Amino acid sequence: MKPAAFEYFRASNAVQAVGLLQQYREAKILAGGQSLVPLMNFRLSRPSALVDISGITELARIVPTAHGLRLGALVRHQDLVDNPMVRETIPVLAEAAAHIGHWAVRNRGTVGGSLAHADPAAELPAVMVALGADIVVMDAEGERKIPARAFFVGFYTTTLGSDALIVAIEMPRPREPVGFYEVVRRHGDFALAGALVEAGESTGAVTWFGVTPAPVRMAWTALAEDEGLRRQQWERLTRDLDFAGDEAFRRPLAVTVAERAYQRARGGH
Amino acid sequence: MVETTRIELLVNGERLTADVEPRWSLADVLRHQLGLLGTHVGCEQGVCGACTVLLNGEPARSCLIFAVAVADGVAITTIEGMNRAEGMTPLQTALREHHGLQCGFCTPGMVLTAHALLTREPEADEGRIREALSGNLCRCTGYQFIVDAVAAARPAYRKEEP
Repeated sequence: MKPAAFEYFRASNAVQAVGLLQQYREAKILAGGQSLVPLMNFRLSRPSALVDISGITELARIVPTAHGLRLGALVRHQDLVDNPMVRETIPVLAEAAAHIGHWAVRNRGTVGGSLAHADPAAELPAVMVALGADIVVMDAEGERKIPARAFFVGFYTTTLGSDALIVAIEMPRPREPVGFYEVVRRHGDFALAGALVEAGESTGAVTWFGVTPAPVRMAWTALAEDEGLRRQQWERLTRDLDFAGDEAFRRPLAVTVAERAYQRARGGH
Repeated sequence: MVETTRIELLVNGERLTADVEPRWSLADVLRHQLGLLGTHVGCEQGVCGACTVLLNGEPARSCLIFAVAVADGVAITTIEGMNRAEGMTPLQTALREHHGLQCGFCTPGMVLTAHALLTREPEADEGRIREALSGNLCRCTGYQFIVDAVAAARPAYRKEEP
């Protein structure tokens, strides 16, 4: 199908984009378009106006910070895969980004877009929750930071206001090894289940995606040496997950992805 | 009557103008305004890859891009831009020799994606070829012959672009 008609505006800076969002209450931000445009093509989304931010070059930069990296909202997924600074500073971010869609989609899709869209099976929201990133948003009041752990509410729902724009993501360098694993039917599909595991010596955390309405992070302590016992420990953690139906299918997958992500964090494959 | 905007697109090295509604996809503008029918429109949701074009040499879904939003100076390559005066390119010849197409619906997207890959990575192994082509669906061939053809075209990319 074809999208419904809309007014098109090209913003030349973030302040102007926020001003347009104020002025046109039904407007949506257009960045890479890889989530929004399919919805529009099927008329599941019919914004009256689009504010195109893809020409704002200062939002497309990756900058090192004292604690890690600052990613502009317009950084493309393929940039995360290819960028040497990302691979060096936050390798799990490059690894997770390689699992997003297919090459042609990664060439267009943006970090900010993926976070604002908040698909429960998407990789980047989970990475941000796992690593404790801050999402820098701008609205009429100015810039503020929302911790990723307070950003994702549920299916396609965030605490970002409809008049606010994501301008950047501030990511700390992980202190501990982080493993990533997801189960997909075909490479490039949305994950049926996925997990990131931070693995310290005796403590750590697991962040699940694809199994609950939004990414969920839980701490763990004293994991067993034996894989069978560890699986029981993961299983106990999954009892606090809201599987939103389909529990019999999702719980064993959640255990498996957590275990495999843990093994990867520990350097196995 | 919805207002149209005049845009200029750099397609296959030529500057072309079109009057477009903002809601028109690049795929539809290429086909219906510019008459470049080699860009095929399958799913219109970014899944099938039939509408793949190259933007500055990188594959992109033209069904998920509004023509009005294509930045000035971005070089668009469609399958028509792969034509050579001397005939088919080595990649296209390899597809024919390896029976890498039947109905041909997916072929323009396959050729452009494979061309972009081999231009970047002339030594791409079979795993890389499969990964790069995984975003292009083919309902005829079962993929093996396409992968064989792309692998066979690698030598042509080692020296210079065909």
